[in-house]
Amino acid sequence: MKCQKCNKNNATTHIKRVINGEFEEYNLCSECAKEMGYDNIFGSFADDFNSLFGSFFENALPARTQATRCEFCGTSYSDIARTGMVGCAHCYDVFADRIMPTVRRIHGNTTHCGKNSQFEKPTPIEENKTQKDKPSDIDALKAELDTAIKNQEFEKAAELRDKIKAMEGKNE
Amino acid sequence: MNNVVMLTRIRLARNLKNYPFPCRLNTAGKNEVCEKIINAVKNCNSPLADDLEVFYIKDLSEPERIALVEKHLASPEFVSDSAGRAIILSKDRTMSIMLNEEDHIRLQIIKKGLALEDAYDIADKLDTLLDENLEFAFDKKLGFLTQCPTNLGTGMRASLMLHLPALKNSNAISRIASNLQKLGLTIRGTYGEGSEPKGAMYQLSNQVTLGISEKSAVENLKNIAGQLVNQELQAQKRITDSLEAQDKISRSLGLLKSSIMMTCDEAMELLSNVRFGVSSEVLDGVKIDTVDELIDDIQPATMMVKKGEKITPRDRDILRATILRERL
Repeated sequence: MKCQKCNKNNATTHIKRVINGEFEEYNLCSECAKEMGYDNIFGSFADDFNSLFGSFFENALPARTQATRCEFCGTSYSDIARTGMVGCAHCYDVFADRIMPTVRRIHGNTTHCGKNSQFEKPTPIEENKTQKDKPSDIDALKAELDTAIKNQEFEKAAELRDKIKAMEGKNE
Repeated sequence: MNNVVMLTRIRLARNLKNYPFPCRLNTAGKNEVCEKIINAVKNCNSPLADDLEVFYIKDLSEPERIALVEKHLASPEFVSDSAGRAIILSKDRTMSIMLNEEDHIRLQIIKKGLALEDAYDIADKLDTLLDENLEFAFDKKLGFLTQCPTNLGTGMRASLMLHLPALKNSNAISRIASNLQKLGLTIRGTYGEGSEPKGAMYQLSNQVTLGISEKSAVENLKNIAGQLVNQELQAQKRITDSLEAQDKISRSLGLLKSSIMMTCDEAMELLSNVRFGVSSEVLDGVKIDTVDELIDDIQPATMMVKKGEKITPRDRDILRATILRERL
């Protein structure tokens, strides 16, 4: 099928959009789809990454684990690479060495900081919030510092470094 | 107090630990997840839980589904497929929870104006209550686990809807957009598509969710939004001195007040001009709230839902012009 917009390339993207209060279906080539900014319509910014994903994942290292399918949900790594969607929480473990390079490329970072699930910690989350400048806050800043340095945002990095120093001083 | 920030939204993506993500669930599995979450939300002791409405997407008409999108309560992707999907809304429509969109849970809090901390606080409390009940998929290193790796970590997307008529007029948005990307933020049109968003309304949101805390992400967004707002206000000042701009604003109001038929696109452009005129004090006698309500109320599906039937585009244009004449 040819792209409905340029009538040249093959249509690879099937889009269901809302136009003037009604659903309309479009078949577009990836270039026209991008040009038309259909990600605006779809809102979820995951969509415009889906096509990129394929190539991201293909560049990743071959897996060292033997697992070819996730035992919990049955997803294979090629399913994830094709769709850009991970099957379940366990997939992140099973295919960790192949997913992590992608995660790093998207976020520039692979370590979470911020809210934790309450099942993760024995202490309730509320406690953290009442006291300021707890170590977790410092960790958050340190992670940001790393990102800033990596992105060569040195002004921001300097600011963060000063903030961390001040906080560490306070806690001692 | 300025009128540039129209709306604040905080969205959290969450998944139940013991179920595959939606892409790996069949309809029966999705329905089971829906029931579990609906029960948990109803019984979670949140003040929000008293006034909830639950809608299964399969039970909604096409205009009803699209009206949810027009009101920013659901994504177009979500309502385009109905199997195993439901949405929980608070009566006042400040909270929406999409079930089985890209993730099991997409919890969203909407507030008028700039209210990032407030909105996050509400979302955070509800999230904690639901986690107690449902146990979310979480990993110490990767944070909250999501179907798409772009949302890993906090799973939080904070966004501000900005009205930037002067910056749009000076073609500054694309330059700003490429700078924002370096700061981990993204800006795009709220209505319409591509480089010419209808009505100069834009969505500014954080892009990175892993390795940055909710607090930092919100602060970062707020700082950048502040700078954008200042740039917009300065640009507005420069423009409103000119008779040409004043003429355009006055004429826009004239057209809105006197047309017999009007398309949604035209109405959005004109309302945007009038909104600009009101906030820069070129126009008086029109309230900014009236303009904002009209922007919501003249959307095609929203009008059809209110009228209770599906009507042709031509009839919609007539109805739209009537609404505009009556309320301005």
